[in-house]
Amino acid sequence: MKTSVIIFPGSNCDRDVIHAVQEITGEPVAPVWHKEDTLCPDTDLVILPGGFSYGDYLRCGAMASTSPIMKAVRDHASSGRLLLGICNGFQVLTESRLLPGSLLSNKTLTFICKRCYIKVERTDTPFTSLYNEGQVVQFPIAHHEGLYFLPPGELRELEDNGQVVFRYCSPDGEVSPDFNPNGALNNIAGVKNRKGNILGLMPHPERASESVLGGTDGALMWRSIIKWLEKEGA
Amino acid sequence: MHYSEAGLTELEYQALVKELGREPNDTEMLIMGVMWSEHCSYKSTKKILSGFPTKGRYVLMGPGENAGIVDIGDGLGLAFKVESHNHPSAVAPYQGAATGVGGIIRDILALGARPIASMDGLFFGKPGSSKTRNLSTGIVKGIGGYGNAVGVPTVGGKTFYHESYNDNPLVNAFCIGLVNVDGIVSSKTAEPGQIAVLVGSKTGRDGIAGAAFASVELAEDTKASRPNIQIGDPFVEKLLIEACLELKEKGLIVSMQDMGAAGITSSSSEIAAKSGVGMIMHFDMVPLREEGMTPWEIALSESQERMLLVILPEKLEEVSAIVRKWDLDCAVIGEVVHGSEYIIMDGENTVAHLDASTIGEGCPDPGWKMKEPSDLHDRWDFELEDLPLSTDLGKDLIELLATPSLGDKSWIFEQYDHMVQINTSIGPGNQDVSVLRIKGTSKMAALSMEADPCKCYLDPYRGGAETVARSIRSLAVCGARPLGMTNCLNFPSPEVPEQYWVLDQVVRGMAECCRKLDCPVVSGNVSLYNETSSGRILPTPVVGIVGLIETEDHLLPSGKWEEGDHLFYVGAPNPVLSGSEYQRLRTGTVKGRPLDFNSSAEMDFLERALKTASAGLARSGRVIKGGGLCVALAKECIANGSGIRMKVNIPTRKDVFLFGEGGPRAIYAVPSNRVVLFRKMWEGFPFMMLAKVEGDSLHIEDTLDIPVEYLEKAWRNN
Repeated sequence: MKTSVIIFPGSNCDRDVIHAVQEITGEPVAPVWHKEDTLCPDTDLVILPGGFSYGDYLRCGAMASTSPIMKAVRDHASSGRLLLGICNGFQVLTESRLLPGSLLSNKTLTFICKRCYIKVERTDTPFTSLYNEGQVVQFPIAHHEGLYFLPPGELRELEDNGQVVFRYCSPDGEVSPDFNPNGALNNIAGVKNRKGNILGLMPHPERASESVLGGTDGALMWRSIIKWLEKEGA
Repeated sequence: MHYSEAGLTELEYQALVKELGREPNDTEMLIMGVMWSEHCSYKSTKKILSGFPTKGRYVLMGPGENAGIVDIGDGLGLAFKVESHNHPSAVAPYQGAATGVGGIIRDILALGARPIASMDGLFFGKPGSSKTRNLSTGIVKGIGGYGNAVGVPTVGGKTFYHESYNDNPLVNAFCIGLVNVDGIVSSKTAEPGQIAVLVGSKTGRDGIAGAAFASVELAEDTKASRPNIQIGDPFVEKLLIEACLELKEKGLIVSMQDMGAAGITSSSSEIAAKSGVGMIMHFDMVPLREEGMTPWEIALSESQERMLLVILPEKLEEVSAIVRKWDLDCAVIGEVVHGSEYIIMDGENTVAHLDASTIGEGCPDPGWKMKEPSDLHDRWDFELEDLPLSTDLGKDLIELLATPSLGDKSWIFEQYDHMVQINTSIGPGNQDVSVLRIKGTSKMAALSMEADPCKCYLDPYRGGAETVARSIRSLAVCGARPLGMTNCLNFPSPEVPEQYWVLDQVVRGMAECCRKLDCPVVSGNVSLYNETSSGRILPTPVVGIVGLIETEDHLLPSGKWEEGDHLFYVGAPNPVLSGSEYQRLRTGTVKGRPLDFNSSAEMDFLERALKTASAGLARSGRVIKGGGLCVALAKECIANGSGIRMKVNIPTRKDVFLFGEGGPRAIYAVPSNRVVLFRKMWEGFPFMMLAKVEGDSLHIEDTLDIPVEYLEKAWRNN
């Protein structure tokens, strides 16, 4: 598995995700500066990391979505290869219209950083195949704009297509407003495109990949990707 | 211009004339007014601070640089420092606190270290008042707004409420960085022939002479001070960090200094003075944000996110290519020359001609008088009988847990990204220390921040020692050997002899504890004049101590006991209520004399606690500090979600044993197969078995019985 992690000015989880993927998979991960116009050769997986690209000025992810590297990222995804956006990376994906919806200010109007329980709704994606359907995992969130929003018609379509991969929930897996940290519609924490090769999520699996950090639920995501690539071929 | 308009005293003006051998011009006078302000010159405290021990086996870099560095082996060092941003935060809470975080991060960066974590000491006024609410909301948002975006996790800190901070809140920002020992950058290494380069933001009219503003009492109308406030841009700071670290990795930096207080002048003259060279600065080459700025405005602007680098002239092209990659400005603004002259040129004109060492070191000692406060002994006038034993200690405990100083702080730390950089093994919450893993090694760094202003008020010497001891005990219990300390001394005006005496005594107490427990001071900061027309703050020394845990197995956390564990109490059973949180709760004030510093007991405790952790003799440990034993028990119950049944003969009056404070004390939950070894470890030190871990309430026979969920509710809803 070859991974390219895009570094925008203001990205700050790039080194974290590089560390986590390398640590868990032992596979090469290359940083790619946003001013480049090509990815590393033979890239299987592109990760848009968390952070505050361009300071989150204008709108989160808006300016990064127009960075030079984004053309190569689009081409990579449209050829069916894997693209993952975490936190600010998810915001870049919605701003790029590579994923539907948008991410608004948390209902608390504050930044929220804490561990959350997340229900894995789809295990037939390249990113989640090793989880059990309905499994409750713990990933931390750390964002100010994580309220996933889209108009009612589109929301229905998203749900009908089964594009919701992760939802905020209780420790027992109950999905309800009491366990929705940021006010996201239908407790949505992560969504995929219809094809399933693009995933965006607000929680941080790379922060839950090593036991010294208090949890390893995120490690399964990297292992799922490896397994899928081995099976499907790149 | 009269020297007083520049902020110089007559004594200082005379000294300056003598040094120069002539009358200074206006620009020189304005520069010196800021450089000789309290904030930049430490003129009131230099002598007092010299009492701190600064050398030790782990110290790689002590006071005098941008921050101190301790050795953790494996070719790595930890650089750390704490600095105040009190006055700016009182005037503009969000920006004041945000730029405090940004400033301390650059101090760490200046050593070539990657900033890996921050902590904050926050001191707010009367809980619940609208002023406190406004200030605390803005300050917390500012810390988060900057720290989160710049990608440095805020992993802990200290928050304390007291009405003396009503109009003068304190914001002490701590930062720690990781550095390769062979890649440490110093501000003492500039040589003639090299050039000074300004990297980062453009220079504007913000925060001009902010250091001078921080060196006087806060004005009644704080709005008038707004122009003294700096505006932060964490996005640019993030770029600056990456650019500087890339330059350092490629060996392109000879010397580096951040631009904090007094901006270009301070940073460049400091490099010159410390390196023993001269410097010629060209102000017409400084990239400006606005037109028409005068040389003294450029000299003293505190525009944020700027660093001064000294580099070899032949490396300029390589340096500017990297800086441009990060979309930052890079301008040559000066040259290093032989001698000690510090010259500012504006085109062909010389606008200032000073001596570098005069600027930094030449300020005369103002010679403030010291006098013991006449009411000091009255403060000690407290007999236990003055405070009748409460009829409901359970209710007292619930109320104590609900006080904002002791209660849950999640409303604060959930607004901070405390996990970015994925090193945070123990973050903020219901633990007394924060712990970071050091990637690529088996080691962990433990951080503790402490303050105990009430005890410093009652007895400055004992309070100072207790503050340091408290922090060391917290580290010891979790298994971390203290390597070094940084401190921020927040005090009111030194011009009042009683206040100056208190400052001196506090430092003496702190220094004694540092010496005895082998914890040298490696960096620090002083913030004086923390007073307004409505009053002055309590003496508030804040300490940040960094400890090392050799391997993850040696870490002893809190909140990990299991049903059936034996709960032990270690330490003398006779603390005191003087200056305790319990006394404050019951009487609304503090009186009496805190316990004296007992160096042999502290040393003994430190070593035994470290061995207890490294030998794995306990499953859970918790130091006893604010709120005493009972609050430690309650917090441990809350963290575990289970209770204890305690049945002991309480050797003192019940409230003294349960709520008294002071001295090295802790509780340990020991699995039954380790009890013999644990007892052996603590043989010769006072200890007793308190309870068994069982049930779901905190049960103390004949005293109180409170379900853990009630404890948690009280603690969370403070």
